[in-house]
Amino acid sequence: MQISLFITCFNDTLFPETGKATVQLLERLGHTVEFPMEQTCCGQMHYNTGYQEEAIPLVRKFVEVFGDAEAIVAPSASCVAMVHEFYHKVAERARDEQLAKRVEEVTPRVFELSQFLVDELGVEDVGAYYPHRVTYHPTCHSLRMLEVGDAPLTLLRNVRGIDLVELPAAEECCGFGGTFAIKNADTSMAMLGDKIRHIKDTEAEVCIAADNSCLMHIGGALQRQRGGVKTVHLAEILASTEEN
Amino acid sequence: MSDSKDEILGRVRNALKNVPENEHPEDVSVSRAYLQEGSLTGQKLVSLFARRTGEYKAKVRRIKKEELKSTISVACREQEVKRLVIPPGFPPEWLPDSVEPVHDKPEEPLTHQELDESDGVITTCALAIAQTGSIILDAGEGQGRRALTLLPDYHLCIVREDQVVELVPEAFVHFDQQIKEEGSPMTFISGPSATSDIELNRVEGVHGPRRLEVFIVGS
Amino acid sequence: MKKKNSKKSSPTFQESAKAYLENTQLRRNIGHATHTIRDKRKQAVDEMPDWEDLREAGSNIKQRVMRHMDKYLLQLEESVQQAGGVVHWAKDAKEANRIIVDLVKEQQVEEVVKVKSITTDEIKLNKALADEGVQALETDLAELIVQLAEDEPSHILVPAIHKNRAEIRELFKKKLEKAELSDRPEDLAEAARLYLRKKFLSAKVGISGGNFAVAETGTISVVESEGNGRMCTTLPDTLITVMGIEKLIPTWRDFEVFMQLLPRSATAERMNPYNSFWTGVTQGDGPQEFHLVLLDNGRTNVLADEVGRQTLNCIRCSACLNVCPVYERTGGHAYNSVYPGPIGAILTPQLKGLKDDGVASLPYASSLCGACYEVCPVKINIPEVLVHLRGKIVDEKKRKGGFKAKLDEEHIGMKLMARTFKKRSRYERAQRWARVGQGLFEKNGTISKLPGELSGWTAMRDIKPIPDQTFREWWRSRDE
Repeated sequence: MQISLFITCFNDTLFPETGKATVQLLERLGHTVEFPMEQTCCGQMHYNTGYQEEAIPLVRKFVEVFGDAEAIVAPSASCVAMVHEFYHKVAERARDEQLAKRVEEVTPRVFELSQFLVDELGVEDVGAYYPHRVTYHPTCHSLRMLEVGDAPLTLLRNVRGIDLVELPAAEECCGFGGTFAIKNADTSMAMLGDKIRHIKDTEAEVCIAADNSCLMHIGGALQRQRGGVKTVHLAEILASTEEN
Repeated sequence: MSDSKDEILGRVRNALKNVPENEHPEDVSVSRAYLQEGSLTGQKLVSLFARRTGEYKAKVRRIKKEELKSTISVACREQEVKRLVIPPGFPPEWLPDSVEPVHDKPEEPLTHQELDESDGVITTCALAIAQTGSIILDAGEGQGRRALTLLPDYHLCIVREDQVVELVPEAFVHFDQQIKEEGSPMTFISGPSATSDIELNRVEGVHGPRRLEVFIVGS
Repeated sequence: MKKKNSKKSSPTFQESAKAYLENTQLRRNIGHATHTIRDKRKQAVDEMPDWEDLREAGSNIKQRVMRHMDKYLLQLEESVQQAGGVVHWAKDAKEANRIIVDLVKEQQVEEVVKVKSITTDEIKLNKALADEGVQALETDLAELIVQLAEDEPSHILVPAIHKNRAEIRELFKKKLEKAELSDRPEDLAEAARLYLRKKFLSAKVGISGGNFAVAETGTISVVESEGNGRMCTTLPDTLITVMGIEKLIPTWRDFEVFMQLLPRSATAERMNPYNSFWTGVTQGDGPQEFHLVLLDNGRTNVLADEVGRQTLNCIRCSACLNVCPVYERTGGHAYNSVYPGPIGAILTPQLKGLKDDGVASLPYASSLCGACYEVCPVKINIPEVLVHLRGKIVDEKKRKGGFKAKLDEEHIGMKLMARTFKKRSRYERAQRWARVGQGLFEKNGTISKLPGELSGWTAMRDIKPIPDQTFREWWRSRDE
């Protein structure tokens, strides 16, 4: 299958390794990956903070860039959720029926990586190898907005050598929430504190999630505390093999 | 006063400008896919009611009709109830001699003080729900006005087995006509009065009767 | 920290939350309470095979009511009148209080008994009565605690959730004049029972809120546990019920949906101990005079917003509070409103308008985690409304802000980034500049301190510096 990679501005700039891993993984599974260079940002941060007018050109850009793609896959649940949940609202706000129509057309072809693998391609074992003790944090947007369900865990359980331990109170938000972490820094830190405590309780070496935004938040605190726990995006685990 | 009514209705209508004028309330569809009728019958149904009522800390006894009088006597003795409030229409043949009946009469109603000073009240009920362990009073014969089951500290309620329905919707359907025609005051009782206001610890017994006993009577 | 626009502005959520976050006692009490109810609710809901169908029905019924509220209000008025009740209409808090105060004074009493009602908290009825020399006695145990402590409720359903038993014992010893009192919840409840019993027996006027009102029959319901609701709505000669206009349901049978949704979502019970349903006045049983006060007080503004309208579906169960990770940590007082938690964060701004800085901070008091929407028994999409309100706040700021708003850090940042993302070339240039710019903050491969608003981030978290190669640079190099 020809897959268009929707890298997201966040991964592109801050977490290129996740993007590389996604490409490696999809190619290993026999697919062709293309990367439309014109893509920038999905507009989530603007939209969720209230700068909704500013999201309109970004939605336009997205449908222009990805309009004809067969499948659009992103290693980010939260940016995919933005497309699914809010793009039609942006089009409505723009009072642009043409845009609304294009959004409606393109949305069903936009997938979060794990959901794409398990639900679309029917792949549960990607042939990965990762001999470490890990725990998985289901990010809010993957869990409650996209409802990816067990897809990430299904994939992780089939990784060879992995020791996957359950995260206590896994479904609780880590406190990131985009600009929430800055606007309500104190509350965000209180939430993060509890998440970190639960992660440490698992004695895992690695905390995995389907969103680098939440992982940056969690990882930032783990690093500050020199907690000895790494954060790694799901795609990077799935891309690992015995050879690399 | 009617100015405010007109103003509020005007604001409501103004707020609903996007609702097409020819739309009727029924045009907004309501999906009723939830369970409306239960599947249990006979003893399974009654047992569920007994279990759920018991889980709410009501004392439950299952008895036969001919045991009513003697069991009421036993229960009142156990609860140290002498002065027992009797609502109008309560079958006198069920009352044992051991209690001192305090009759509430429509023409001569008991005062709140008298009710407060009684030891307990005995009533029948209008219906019972197994799913939630609830008894329903409609202030009819044998149940009396609402204050009777509120001020005494002990409430003994007689439920006939054939009065038990399984699900909540069945109960509301049952009273549909009655509410429209008579507007009876209804009280649903599920266990004795309770509070969880202090550190969420459940305490049975605050303002309503602190002890609730339910007799389920088979024929 | 930004300066407030006017002296009248209430504190922002972040300002208030800071103090509460530091109160370990409060955090412990609220954390324990919310987790306990949360787990119990889940059990009560999981045993229902048709829960999702009930939610759907509940949401549909409320939607029907909202879209035809004028018809249902008129129908309700007629049926209450036919059943012997009197209906009053109140545009706002002031008018509602005037109506109630006048009704109470007609009865020439100095004390009224009240059953817990947030609507009366919203209109500050107790104060209005006190100003006219009438004491309104709260009879719900938690409300009594809050009233005696001269405190504010912190939770919709368990208003004294922020107090523990030791604090309550001290309060009762002092205010109920009990020399000896243990801190067992049983004994504390008993003390309240004895104190209030006398009041109930002599009360001439009762005041209540209402959980639901049936347009078709005029039936009002109060759902409760302790029996104080039954006392207040049964024993006095006169009953005054004050209720928001959104509490309507079309028919008696609709209770079959809400009487399943509410108890399980609220107290996690299959059915709460007492549900009272009364239809006007019943001769020889209960109050012989019944007044229903229908309150707007901003609700029609909520109704007018097509996205926000669903907020009026709320049946005040408080399930959203109990699952909210923000509420769990700040408690209810940080919201500076009688409606705390996620539902408060969308209801308060819509009732009060967005002009006040404090009120306008509420829609931002959420990480948009979506836990509230998942549990809402009437399917209010709270995150959707939060984001919608944020949009309105920013639009308003842009419209009215003038020069000052244009200098706002956030505003400048957002504008700049939006411009950057519009064009690939600008975006790629920005990626390169950011890499250079971060050199100012980077130390040994880590950023531990950032300036301005971003300092909130680095107070607890490090940031990894931007890598030397973006993904797109890698992709391009791979192609070559």
